[in-house]
Amino acid sequence: MRFSEHWLREWVDPHMDAHALGERFTMAGLELDSIEPAAPAFSGVVVAEVLAVAPHPNADRLRVCRVDDGSGEPVQVVCGAPNVRVGMKAPFARVGAVLPGDFRIRKAKLRGVESLGMLCSARELGLAETAEGLMELPPDAPVGEDLRAYMDLDDRVFEIDLTPNRADCLSIAGLAREVSALTGAPVRAVVPDAVPAQVEDRLSVEVADREACPRYVGRVIRGIAPQARTPLWMQERLRRGGIRAIHPVVDVTNYVMLELGQPMHGFDLARLRGGIVVRRAGVDERLELLDGQTVHLRPETLVIADASGPVALAGIMGGAPTAVGPQTRDVFLESAFFAPKAIAGEARAYGLHTDAAHRFERGVDPELQARALERATALLLEITGGVPGPLVECAAPEHLPRRLPIGLREARICRVLGVAVPPGEVARILEALGCRVDDSGDEVGWRVTPPGFRFDLELEVDLIEEVGRVHGYDQIPDRMHAHAPEIRPRPEARIAGLRFKALLADRGWSEVVTFSFVDETVERLFAPDAEPLRLANPISSDLGVMRSTLWSGMLPVVRRNLNRQQSDLRLFETGLRFLQEGDGLAQRPALAGAATGRALPEHWDAPGRALDFFDVKGDVEALFALTGRTMRFEAAEYAGLHPGQSARILDGGREIGRIGALHPQAQSRLGLEQPVYLFELDLEALTRGRVPRFEPLSRFPAIRRDVAVLVDSHVPAGRILDVARAAAPDAVREVRVFDVYAGEGVPEGRKSVALGLILQDLSRTLTDDEVDAAVAGVIERLRRDVGASLRE
Amino acid sequence: MAQDIEALTREAVEAVEAAADLAALDAVRVRYLGKKGRITAQLKALGGLDAEARREAGRRINAAKERLQAAIQARREALEAERIRASLEAGRVDVTLPGRGLPPGGLHPVTRTLQRVESLFEQIGFDVVQGPEIEDEYHNFEALNIPAHHPARAMHDTFYFPDGRLLRTHTSPVQIRVMERQAPPIRIIAPGRVYRCDSDLTHSPMFHQVEGLLVDECVSFSHLKGVLDQFLRAFFERDDLPTRFRPSYFPFTEPSAEVDIQCVICGGSGCRVCGRSGWLEVMGCGMVHPKVFDAVGIDNERWTGYAFGMGVERLAMLRYGVDDLRLFFENDLRFLRQFR
Ligand SMILES: [Zn+2]
Repeated sequence: MRFSEHWLREWVDPHMDAHALGERFTMAGLELDSIEPAAPAFSGVVVAEVLAVAPHPNADRLRVCRVDDGSGEPVQVVCGAPNVRVGMKAPFARVGAVLPGDFRIRKAKLRGVESLGMLCSARELGLAETAEGLMELPPDAPVGEDLRAYMDLDDRVFEIDLTPNRADCLSIAGLAREVSALTGAPVRAVVPDAVPAQVEDRLSVEVADREACPRYVGRVIRGIAPQARTPLWMQERLRRGGIRAIHPVVDVTNYVMLELGQPMHGFDLARLRGGIVVRRAGVDERLELLDGQTVHLRPETLVIADASGPVALAGIMGGAPTAVGPQTRDVFLESAFFAPKAIAGEARAYGLHTDAAHRFERGVDPELQARALERATALLLEITGGVPGPLVECAAPEHLPRRLPIGLREARICRVLGVAVPPGEVARILEALGCRVDDSGDEVGWRVTPPGFRFDLELEVDLIEEVGRVHGYDQIPDRMHAHAPEIRPRPEARIAGLRFKALLADRGWSEVVTFSFVDETVERLFAPDAEPLRLANPISSDLGVMRSTLWSGMLPVVRRNLNRQQSDLRLFETGLRFLQEGDGLAQRPALAGAATGRALPEHWDAPGRALDFFDVKGDVEALFALTGRTMRFEAAEYAGLHPGQSARILDGGREIGRIGALHPQAQSRLGLEQPVYLFELDLEALTRGRVPRFEPLSRFPAIRRDVAVLVDSHVPAGRILDVARAAAPDAVREVRVFDVYAGEGVPEGRKSVALGLILQDLSRTLTDDEVDAAVAGVIERLRRDVGASLRE
Repeated sequence: MAQDIEALTREAVEAVEAAADLAALDAVRVRYLGKKGRITAQLKALGGLDAEARREAGRRINAAKERLQAAIQARREALEAERIRASLEAGRVDVTLPGRGLPPGGLHPVTRTLQRVESLFEQIGFDVVQGPEIEDEYHNFEALNIPAHHPARAMHDTFYFPDGRLLRTHTSPVQIRVMERQAPPIRIIAPGRVYRCDSDLTHSPMFHQVEGLLVDECVSFSHLKGVLDQFLRAFFERDDLPTRFRPSYFPFTEPSAEVDIQCVICGGSGCRVCGRSGWLEVMGCGMVHPKVFDAVGIDNERWTGYAFGMGVERLAMLRYGVDDLRLFFENDLRFLRQFR
């Protein structure tokens, strides 16, 4: 809400300056956005009359004028404005004047002709964004008067961000009431007198949807003067309220809206066919709006129609064909109450945002319609002349909002706010806000009936908020809520997600946060067959689908960093994966990584090496180590991953993750010039850890035996280890692979796998025979199960 | 004879002192004191002397032997010291060369900030809970007293799915989910991603919030003020940080407030960051609206509660001086490394 400070002060004038007033608004929940001067700084500009206009001897576009600036002697100025003419009044910057932008007016010669000042346009004075020519002042503007004084330009424009519950403050009248409640300063309200009818002309009004439009007031005014101009003071108040002057009828309705809060509409009576009908739109109806666009009406839209069809979107915008214009002689003024529910969301549905819709969907005072219409009539007659018809009202009181008394308990105020507000203060605040306050009788408290314009006062707590707000939140003390201290169980076997992040960070990985919606083409690399989960209204087409893997968001980050010459990357992210499973949607927390570049930073003592699958696998294994469980890696193929360098990760029998190199094709599709290694793990599975169980330590020496076996090249090391471990007696504490070799000395198609067996018993030293037997048993099983032979 | 042993000893000591290394020294020792050594041979030659002379000569030979042994020992220690010195010299490294291995990565500033917020509230008994990011209208809006066509919905710029589900526009639906399954008293905070269909210099279509909710038997706005005031001072590590509570409007709280801190950039004198007001809005909060309690079946007469919500990126920007919201989601490694 933008408004002129001077206008507000006509209604209520508290003893505080603009800054303090703004602060008071803010601290009462009407957040001050800005206070700007009504006009930029300028000086030396007066009202002047153009006495003579002659052609410029040396320039076609320029004219030489003689101007009366009230100083006694006519002044000669050169002027290029197309609209300059004898007899017009316009702002005149005298020699010595300073215009906005610190533009100083000096004696000048324009193409050889002396010019002693400047006739100004509204733009040159900072009063408009654009201007066609000189700013034309009314014929009665007093020559020689300082323009700032004449136009009351030493005013300020307040802009206040109103929350949606405070529609009652969308007018000078409402703001004045609020200021009065906050400061105690009295309100001097404009109370319009009823304007008696001078003709009997009336337009029939039929409200078909009485719930949506419980009150419709209208009036015919005939014979307005088409050449009438909106007075400058009104234009200025509109401008300071952010509204452009258009036509006296439109300007007056806008003025009354700013002043009292009632949006109104004026129709050109000559263009209406038959009476007014307020109804829902019919099938396939269209309406050309004031802004020039033609809309296809939705069937739920409330419209104002005449015999020929819709003429306005009720409470939102009028139609172009029935709009007032320079030819208008007779008007029909509408002042209605539309139920917020009937208007809410409608403007948005048409992509419109209008001052009227903004007010109606939040709630207009249901008692205001006739008063506003009287005010508008009086203002209009003053400007344009004409004769008013009678006020025609169509009301359905049963559908008008009713404010029921609300019980307000003194004790509850204290319970909610935490401060005892003196009862006298409670009553004063609520009355100042327009409520009727009665003693409640039984309980200690009140019965409070809110005014019709407060749509937000419905419950006891709504009143408590008002009391707290006006009393001042700063009057409420700070306290800490006391609760009985308690030690709650915290499962030790549950590992916090942060532990995994910290481990990765410590091992050189950097955490990223990427959008949950991703580029469908990247998503498709990993899920080519699944229909992605699409947003109905994405912010852009390349952020149109929800990620089913965190990689979809991370790979573009890899690319961006590579493009910025960050070529060694280990990135991880946690977040939800969005998976469509059957009919349902799963939102699964995951931990994923993407790594590329060197295994270690460039170093003076070591040859560089590119990181590979096993660097990433090592870090993933470190994550698993936190859980106390060993996860199985099984060769697997996944869309988007290198078929020979990717694995399924199993926890028991359940797949809990994937690891692998990005498929070279996907890599080139993404424009990445170096291999990228990826992993993604189910975070829920990771966080299931265990409470450690102590196992006794052996005091007897461990014995290591190394054996090398030959197996077919395709036999995975994991399989060999599984078999060996299964075959080994308890005394074998560990079996590890310490070398894998193929080539010279090993038959074609075979590979040598060297195993280290570590044996130890809890209660004694193992004998050589026992060790030999254990090793032989392992070798025998390897021979049987994986076709191993002992390498001599 | 006496002359002999003296001369021999002198010659032996000279040989010891001339030994260049331990091997040479050992050769000297063998030459003079070994089984066939020249001094040992002197002892063997005593057999031909009478008892008196033998005793006298034996005494002198033993003295010579001791002298020689002492000389050998001294020389050995000197040579040993020299050897160690030389090996230390050879083992000298340039300690200014860089170490080996991978430097640590780090946590994203959003995580870092979330951790800080969580740990501060965990101190006073708040549990951290999570909720889904794809939500339904009911939890994101209706149960929070934001019915269809409520003007507040227009401010939320919601991302929708074709089936009517949506991306949560705030973390507040977690309040509803917690109250649906848990009876009061309740003390939770709910951090997470939220989404608004809005993107420009100061808006990101995805950002993070932390929601807080406390429901108990005697909770008032006064407690809300107290806890947020303490939190903000602790978060910014400023005991004297001025805060103010401005009345505001949220459909799911009443009374509602926005919380400002004095601008941490200009100290309240007014700057570009605070829009010359000297204050920075950092949180929204209020007492849980009775209609919200109604929606989850909590008795309004018995229980009261407060709720609050804060923007994590906003806090991180103020805390770490980050001047561009978009940096959080560009994930430039040079940016991320500043937060490890
Ligand atoms: Zn500042």
